[in-house]
Amino acid sequence: MRSSLLRIMALVRKEFLAVLKDPRSRFIIFVPPILQCLIFGYAASFDLNSIPYAVLDQDHSAASSALLARLDGSGRFRRQANLRRVEEIPAWIDSRRALLVIQIGQDFERCLLAGKTAPVQAIADGRNSNTAGVALAYFGSVVEALNADWGRHQRQADPPVRIVMRSWFNPNLDSRWSIVPSLIGTLTMMGTMMLTALSVAREREQGTFDQLLVTPFRPYEIMAGKTVPNMVIGLGQSTTILLIAQFWFHIPFVGSIFILYAGLSLFLMAAVGLGLFVSSLAKTMQQAMLFAFILILPFALLSGLTTPFNSMPKFLQSVMIINPLRYSLDLTKRVYLENAGFAQLFSDFLALAGIGLLTLSGAAWLFRRRLS
Amino acid sequence: MKDWRAKLRRIRALTLKETRQVFRDPSSIAIGGVVPVMMILLFGYGMSLDVTHVSVAVVDNDASSESAALIGDFRLSRYFEVTPAHSMADAKTMLLDRGVDGVLLIPSDFARRSHSADAEVQMLVNGTDANQARIMEGYANGAFARWSAQRARSDGPVPAGLVIVMDRMWFNDSNDSHFFIVPGLIVLVMTVIGAFLTAMVVAREWERGTLESLFVTPMRAGEFLISKIIPYFGLGMIGFVLCLLAGQFLFHVPLRGSLFLLCIASMTYLLVSLGTGVLVSTLVKSQFLASQLAMTLTLMPAMMLSGFIYDLRSMPTFVRGITYVLPARYAVALMQTLYLAGNVGSVIWPNLAILVAMAVALIVFTWLCTRKQLS
Repeated sequence: MRSSLLRIMALVRKEFLAVLKDPRSRFIIFVPPILQCLIFGYAASFDLNSIPYAVLDQDHSAASSALLARLDGSGRFRRQANLRRVEEIPAWIDSRRALLVIQIGQDFERCLLAGKTAPVQAIADGRNSNTAGVALAYFGSVVEALNADWGRHQRQADPPVRIVMRSWFNPNLDSRWSIVPSLIGTLTMMGTMMLTALSVAREREQGTFDQLLVTPFRPYEIMAGKTVPNMVIGLGQSTTILLIAQFWFHIPFVGSIFILYAGLSLFLMAAVGLGLFVSSLAKTMQQAMLFAFILILPFALLSGLTTPFNSMPKFLQSVMIINPLRYSLDLTKRVYLENAGFAQLFSDFLALAGIGLLTLSGAAWLFRRRLS
Repeated sequence: MKDWRAKLRRIRALTLKETRQVFRDPSSIAIGGVVPVMMILLFGYGMSLDVTHVSVAVVDNDASSESAALIGDFRLSRYFEVTPAHSMADAKTMLLDRGVDGVLLIPSDFARRSHSADAEVQMLVNGTDANQARIMEGYANGAFARWSAQRARSDGPVPAGLVIVMDRMWFNDSNDSHFFIVPGLIVLVMTVIGAFLTAMVVAREWERGTLESLFVTPMRAGEFLISKIIPYFGLGMIGFVLCLLAGQFLFHVPLRGSLFLLCIASMTYLLVSLGTGVLVSTLVKSQFLASQLAMTLTLMPAMMLSGFIYDLRSMPTFVRGITYVLPARYAVALMQTLYLAGNVGSVIWPNLAILVAMAVALIVFTWLCTRKQLS
């Protein structure tokens, strides 16, 4: 038992040396996650805060100016041009100079004063239909606010019932608060799985893996020697991103550090397990990288990182039962923002432990089979 | 004359060797064939930003006919799935257990105060997913507005004079998300094949030392580059054709611009990717480092910083500054325009010119680097 532990320790030491001795590989393990975390923290947001728009005001009335003043005062809309003719509209949209063109018809104010409905045309550049939808929704809410004021002005009374929106765990609905905690799992998984898969494949390509196999090491010792260092490196990456989230983006951490790290350890075990599994199937580094990539891409896309998990087709949802990132995102966000406890996260813990055990034992079996 | 013929012969031999190597290793073919197909299916079917079902716990402390009518309107909305909860504490537990996404709270004095015009109801949403929460708020507002309108109508004539928005989405009238996914997908596939695969392959030759043995032959740096680029260019074009077919027959995305220009644009971007891949691997000479660098420098930016998913104009200035250096930004603008808007000169020529310049610069720089390491 003791000699087995000593052997594992020696392997762990060797693995750390192999990865961290080279300054370039130290760099590649820690610098890209930091940069990605910073950049994506700023970039990955569906909120629009700068919508270039052009306006074709054929009414030139007090009412149309009031609407435009509201738009310009919202802070989100930037007026690029005042158009004179309808024919000018396509050029502004086509060349992407305006995301939105607002067209106010001649009888806008007349309709309003006569108590009729006054249409306003909003034309959006639908090349990215998602962005266009958000821009149209912002415009809609500006118009709604105008209507509410207008109605109050006419009726001299408030509407009888109001709806008050409140959001828990993220009071200002800042999308950064959703994205950055999710990056802890995502970036760590990409780093760890690739690192693990390639480290075994490299040994195999260079022939040192066969040398390892003829030593007195047992297969599970070799597995442990590969698993532990990569998990520790993964935890280092997670910690770095966690620190950036708290001290750079100032996203308050309300949960328990202990639960978070317990969950992350299980998650990393699953990620390393997958990496080892992949590398036990691959003959070369290129194959290992390809297999890892083929797993990482759907795992990242179908984890709920960019699109809501529940909106995915039911079939894909049930396939993603094997996706460790999905559980890890759920777990990290709930611990980080909601202070969720063990009881609420039990299913995540269970799933992660299951994936970890399954992949690690599968990889061990495959390695042993290769031995004989 | 003789010199040229020898050059061509060497290039042909090397290209043949490289192509054989591609075909011998099934994983290379997988990158050309399996990866594009997988990406098409994943993006086409897996990515949906629509929030179709929102479950809400309703805490009705009033239990009046007014509150029942409001709850009825939430029930009728096709987005909400209403679950009754006995108390706020119950509802909170449901929210924390992910049983529901939001809570509608109707206070006990709702009916009484609604007659004196100062009642309020509360909608609590789980903000952990900010985007989903915002969409939910929109749905709740909609259901609530319908209910108020109905109430106002039964109270008396509506004071009209409302501004209504008639919105239109040009290039994508039916608001089909496949329309923006397919053009972006082409860029992603070119990036994976071009940068990722090539980075690995060239780094492997450096790592194993087979390049040094090639360099003692009369081969020149330029010939080496050409022979490396040709087979992977072919693989990339297979991926491109697959995307094109999927866009046409699977997702029915219209191609409004010219197919010829689309091909030119994709080939140029593919050359840029290939150039990046070869350059990265020439600089670091290790498969692990090359693959990680290629992922960080090309694939992640192509997804996050290209305008494919997230709008570039809303990013902070310094992040937007970074996007100008990344080729993916220009490629996405080109593809989206060529696919959906048509041949718009003011978008196509500047973006294409930048991509051509980047391709030339990268390949020349790589050639210089390779030549330097030769001597």
